Amino acid sequence: MVSQAEDRTAVAIGGRPGSLFKTRSGNGYWQFSVWLIAAIVLLPVLAVLWLAFFPEENIWPHLLSTVLPNYIITTIGLMLGVGFFAAWLGISTAWVTTMYDFPGRKVFEWALLLPFAVPAYVIAYVYTDMLEYSGWLQMGLRQLFGWQTARDYWFPEIRSLGGAVIMLALVLYPYVFMMVRATFIEQSASLRDAARTLGCSRRQVFWRVSLPTARPALAVGVALVLMEALNDFGTVDYFAVRTLTAGIYDVWMNMGNIGGAAQIASVMMIFILVLIGLERHSRRRQKQFSRGDRFKAFQRTRLSGRKAFACWLICIMPLVFGFIVPVLSLARHAIVYFEVSWTPDFFEMSWNSFMLSAVAALGTIFLGLILAYGKRLVKASSVQKAVRLSGLGYAMPGAVLAVGVIIPLAAFDNAVDDLFESWFGISTGLLLSGTVFAVIFAYIVRFLAVSAGSIESSLEKVTPSMDMAARSLGYNTLQILLKVHVPMIKPGVLTAALVVFVDCMKELPATLVLRPFNFDTLATHVYQFASDELLEESALSALVIVLVGIIPVILLSRSIIASRNEKQ
Amino acid sequence: MAKQGFTQSAFKKAVAALILTGGAVSAFNAQAADEINIYSDRQAFLMKPILDAFTEETGIKVNVVFAKSGLIQRLKSEGDNSPADLLLTSNVSNLSRAVDAGVTQEVNDSVINKNVPAKFRDADGQWFGLTTRARVVYASKDRIQPGEFKDYEDLADPKFAGRICTRKGDHTYNIALIASMIAHHGEAEAKQWLEGVKANLARKPQGNDRAQVKAVKEGVCDLAVGNSYYYGKMLTNDEQRAWAESVNIVYPNQEGRGTHVNISGMAMTKSSPNRDVALKLMRFLTEDEAQKIYAEQNFEYPVKAGVEASKLVDHWGEFKADDLPLSKVDSFRKRAAMMVNEVGYNN
Repeated sequence: MVSQAEDRTAVAIGGRPGSLFKTRSGNGYWQFSVWLIAAIVLLPVLAVLWLAFFPEENIWPHLLSTVLPNYIITTIGLMLGVGFFAAWLGISTAWVTTMYDFPGRKVFEWALLLPFAVPAYVIAYVYTDMLEYSGWLQMGLRQLFGWQTARDYWFPEIRSLGGAVIMLALVLYPYVFMMVRATFIEQSASLRDAARTLGCSRRQVFWRVSLPTARPALAVGVALVLMEALNDFGTVDYFAVRTLTAGIYDVWMNMGNIGGAAQIASVMMIFILVLIGLERHSRRRQKQFSRGDRFKAFQRTRLSGRKAFACWLICIMPLVFGFIVPVLSLARHAIVYFEVSWTPDFFEMSWNSFMLSAVAALGTIFLGLILAYGKRLVKASSVQKAVRLSGLGYAMPGAVLAVGVIIPLAAFDNAVDDLFESWFGISTGLLLSGTVFAVIFAYIVRFLAVSAGSIESSLEKVTPSMDMAARSLGYNTLQILLKVHVPMIKPGVLTAALVVFVDCMKELPATLVLRPFNFDTLATHVYQFASDELLEESALSALVIVLVGIIPVILLSRSIIASRNEKQ
Repeated sequence: MAKQGFTQSAFKKAVAALILTGGAVSAFNAQAADEINIYSDRQAFLMKPILDAFTEETGIKVNVVFAKSGLIQRLKSEGDNSPADLLLTSNVSNLSRAVDAGVTQEVNDSVINKNVPAKFRDADGQWFGLTTRARVVYASKDRIQPGEFKDYEDLADPKFAGRICTRKGDHTYNIALIASMIAHHGEAEAKQWLEGVKANLARKPQGNDRAQVKAVKEGVCDLAVGNSYYYGKMLTNDEQRAWAESVNIVYPNQEGRGTHVNISGMAMTKSSPNRDVALKLMRFLTEDEAQKIYAEQNFEYPVKAGVEASKLVDHWGEFKADDLPLSKVDSFRKRAAMMVNEVGYNN
């Protein structure tokens, strides 16, 4: 038994795909579940592709010869900018909070996640208010230097591609921070020690050992950042930056051409597939495992003086600009406009937001576990592909996805209605369309990639010998998942839950289109005013989104830290 | 052991939550006979006072879903089973799009036809205007002499080079204006005009109509294109009053065809489960009381003759509106939208 297990481990580490986990029991169910989940969450994506390929009126040649090339160039610029800036912020903060001890480090460990709770369009609005011509900064400068009009001096324009890059990176870097930091912590300290004894300097350890081993996590984090940036509508619209997403809305809302919108959305999907493909291709030969159970607790280097201050500065900057400034500004507006903004519906809206987000988070975790574990168990390429495809919903802007959700749901409802009508003479009406189910389904389709990706990257690090050992003790595959894997990857699962929850709290376009009658979430409430650029009057709700969003951020990051300490 | 407990209970909760959601679904679908369902692309808070007045008068409960895009698609997919009775929109394009999508039905009602002048409703009774708004030009009090700017055509005049601000060219309000230019001047001339306007822009199109007036106040430009009701909204907003006070409102083409106007409007859905109630609300919206609330609250012009505009709006004076039927203007909508891309208006 033992030698057999070792054999198999050898095969696994050699990276040859195939029969690793093939056993007599249970895998058929996993395979089937993966297929079923993928098929269902792919329905909306297929509906959009269908709209793209069979448009009522083909606008493609017009788009191609006019605006599309520009959209694509701007989009690439935005993604490169946000990707690099967010990676830089995320990696530097993750590295210093993992490796060094300095005043405030313990607070930074969770506080650096806070900007994540701030919706991008809110931060964009806040900074525009501050930095534009009539903002207090330029007003002060004008008074100071006696300038009269905008033509008298130069000031960086916040409403620009560069502005959008900074705004998005400030609220998106926590993805990178979260993912990379988890890996830095899990990397066994002995690896770094070994590198040091072989003569590497601290800097070389970072570049040659720590960063390369963190690459899968970095890839997941940056991919999430890029997809969010690609999907952002609020900020780019406000800043008049013409990305593909902005183009989709123009074609749809202004030209009334849903087919054209679906066509641009399909181009975006290709973008993302290429991105993911490139990343996977570049690390196809890598495989790393950690036992997870007994990595050596490492000693943080204690810093003081100038070095401690430098670390503190690295951490405080993103926190100040990504969280403290926008929240203070919102709070000021919320107080000034309190009477206009306060409504007794607040509790209901908060509850709606919370309930939808919580259910969607649980749902994506549940399905994400099945997908990631199914992928681990069944090496058949159909399963591998199904898991990868099931993340496609994330590559689609919310509003287009919403239409993709409406089509299959309404078709299902109408089919059921017809069936009941003809069999029993009862009309069932619309069972799922226009209900919270439709909204939650859209959230799951959209954010499944986040949970599945995060769980998958955690599972990848669990050595296959764990499965062997459990199997030899007589556990079946489900028991192995629940009793061996889930406890080991709990931080990864909690991280995924947190990300999905906060993302759902902020989600707007799909919620707007799919929601039931008289149903408001905090985000839709903010939007009513924000869409008229009256954000002052909705500052209170925006603030509540942030506050409700940071509660799970704090709770979960504490429990992630706790579960790590337990392990150590 | 504690860890196991956590995971198992989390799973149970997840499953229970999903099942509960499914169960809650049926409750949402129940709809009483004395209720009416609206899909609206006008913000719910704008509609609320009027709908509240309707509920108070009739006891009929009004349910609303508000979204700027996607509702026509939702209606279309939901088909005959859609619960929606009425579609409310903030411009004529969305109304005619709904007609094109086949989700509206004809309404031929003497009260409504009497209240809504023919040029503000569809010839086949598929949609009806409720309020009108003029697409005006806001001219800087300091830098534009009275009479210096008169017609939409002047927007392309090289003397205003670098002095004009507008929102994005493909916003529905601008598309409708461009479509009306096509209707009056023909395609070639309209395109030349649009290229001229583009060349005169002080900055890349951005922000909403109010933001353009703000830019005039800040000295970025001297002329801003915007809807008339924003003037009222800015004048009644503490922070924005100064923006509005820095400009004069100019109704273009007064000596010629008149100023281009657009409408907000309504259409009965094809699948309306509650036609009688829907009709009742449609009538109500065209009658004095509702028209008055519209006028007062959002500074729009009531479509019904004899209903006064708000005092503030009245103060801006009478103006001559373009008589070209909106359905005619709207027939050039697609062409106008493509033209915006062809001249690279937003770049």
